[in-house]
Amino acid sequence: MDDTTPRLIRQSLPQGRCALLQGRWAAAALAEPRTWASLQRELQGATAGPQAVQCWDLRQLSWLDHTGAQLLWNSWGRRWPMQMEALPAQRAMLERVAAYTVPPPPPAHLTAGQIFLGLGGLVLRLLDHGRGLLRLVGQLLLDTLRLLRHPRQGPWRDFSGHLYHIGATALPITALVGFLIGVVLAYLMSQQLRLFGADPFIVNILGISLIRELGPVLAAILIAGRSGSTITAQIGVMRVTEELDAMRVLGIARGFRLVLPRVMAMALAMPLLSVWTTLAAMLGGMLASDLVMGVTPAYFVSTLPDAVKASNLTLATAKSAVFGVFIALVGCHYGLRVKPNTESLGQGTTASVVTSITVVILVDALFAVVFKDVGI
Amino acid sequence: MNAMSPDTPMVEIEKLSSVFRTGGRESVVHRDLDLRINAGELVSIVGGSGSGKTVLLRQMLGLERPHRGHVTVMGRPAEHLGEPGAASRVGMLFQHGALFSAFSVLDNIAFPLRELGTLPDELVRDVALVKLQMVGLEPSQAHKMPANLSGGMIKRVALARALVMDPPLLLLDEPTAGLDPDSADALCELLRSLHRELGLTVVMVTHDLDTLFALSTRVAVLADHKVIVSGAPREVMAFDHPFVREFFLGERGRRAAALLPEPPIAV
Repeated sequence: MDDTTPRLIRQSLPQGRCALLQGRWAAAALAEPRTWASLQRELQGATAGPQAVQCWDLRQLSWLDHTGAQLLWNSWGRRWPMQMEALPAQRAMLERVAAYTVPPPPPAHLTAGQIFLGLGGLVLRLLDHGRGLLRLVGQLLLDTLRLLRHPRQGPWRDFSGHLYHIGATALPITALVGFLIGVVLAYLMSQQLRLFGADPFIVNILGISLIRELGPVLAAILIAGRSGSTITAQIGVMRVTEELDAMRVLGIARGFRLVLPRVMAMALAMPLLSVWTTLAAMLGGMLASDLVMGVTPAYFVSTLPDAVKASNLTLATAKSAVFGVFIALVGCHYGLRVKPNTESLGQGTTASVVTSITVVILVDALFAVVFKDVGI
Repeated sequence: MNAMSPDTPMVEIEKLSSVFRTGGRESVVHRDLDLRINAGELVSIVGGSGSGKTVLLRQMLGLERPHRGHVTVMGRPAEHLGEPGAASRVGMLFQHGALFSAFSVLDNIAFPLRELGTLPDELVRDVALVKLQMVGLEPSQAHKMPANLSGGMIKRVALARALVMDPPLLLLDEPTAGLDPDSADALCELLRSLHRELGLTVVMVTHDLDTLFALSTRVAVLADHKVIVSGAPREVMAFDHPFVREFFLGERGRRAAALLPEPPIAV
């Protein structure tokens, strides 16, 4: 125990039992676990029971802060002790603590009415989302018409920039993921096929699943996570920094300048990325089947056109374009709804990614049902 | 409560040089800067934009390391400030408050105490409530979230959080920036009374001449990469330097100085 340890020493003086406080009665020193435990015991003994003291002497304290003062005040039962010796600054601090110690305000509890209202608010918010998306789609149609009528006024520079950021910079990651998925799929399938001696059918399985489903969906999910979040964050930051308001004041249509180029870039980049991902996955699958089952790449390539009809490719490409439009729309929608604070920006970005991935899978299921007779 | 003896410097900056490299180009912010701040002072640091006022403040907090030289805060190197318990040595009021947006007002103020892990919840809550009222807020506002507070209230809550462990040294970065005149005056009044009642040493960076004249016992002017003059507001105004002339003797400066009490504030 050194000099600064907060402690309580009992003394018997002519006027009665006295508590002499020493050391640093400051938050950091008090919070030392061992000190706290022993001090707690001493304080309890000094304030209650047969050994309770009559007078308190604070003058030898090397430091007293508001936490220490509060501790004393609470130990005294929020009353002044019968006798107290203290320096003027210490007395002032205790008086401040005494004046400001109030019962804590009750925390806000949820009542049944509030829960009911909260539920209603949820429904209204959902409706509001729907209305916002509808308005966005309507504005997009109008903007597309405007673009068709005056193609020279189009935001082409923005378009090419977004095309580069959404498309070109995503090539390495989509290729890597596609390749690995192809390898995994081929390995898993080879086990099952060998059981039936149906090794050559690996071409059919890989071809249909990768070209028709996995390629477009994988690419769309990756791009939803990568570029959908970027779109929301970009537009959301523009809201936080009041750039959106500035655009409006300057008379620049944000639908035409912000939403349209992103949707167009996404609609063009997504099918290309999907083909690219599919190619990488096929390559991975082809190499793996050669290694595991001895299905040569030459056989693979020559059989592929018979196994997978060309209409699958058309379907996949069309599907990807739709995915792209939806990812961009969802990203813009959440970006425009961001409120001017940073917390809302984070929430908006997360919600945007989750929603766009869900939408991609939903749309994919719709396509699967509607086009079940095409290409199989 | 007995503070450190008045002749020990709270902050001592010796031969400080700060150089920033951006894109291969070096820009010198401070060169051989010396500054000494004694206990109980209320020092304002002024200077043109880019003169390194905020950098100096961040170096006192140990958030940035100087290129050369020493920054000693309360007898210890500034780099050691980030260690546990730092809140009991130095309090900092950031320009935009830097409140934790996930916590309520009360939890924001109580956070440094709660992190100590030993003190019981009721004690921590009481201490936070006392601090909340010391900065002039009502206990009924304890459960509000930072997003629902006005600019002046954010500054007050941030001040309460900075002071929760009663640090003897308080640093302020543009305390009145972004506040309307009424809230700015109220905050100045609050800072002055806290400085007096708690015996704090305060260092602040400000552009606001009203705040500067209302509060400071000493003004340090940063220009030409160093402290060109430091002294009572009137002494500094009399100093002959282009920046000082422009800053203090322009239209705004004269208007603010007219309110300066006569004789000048005792140091």
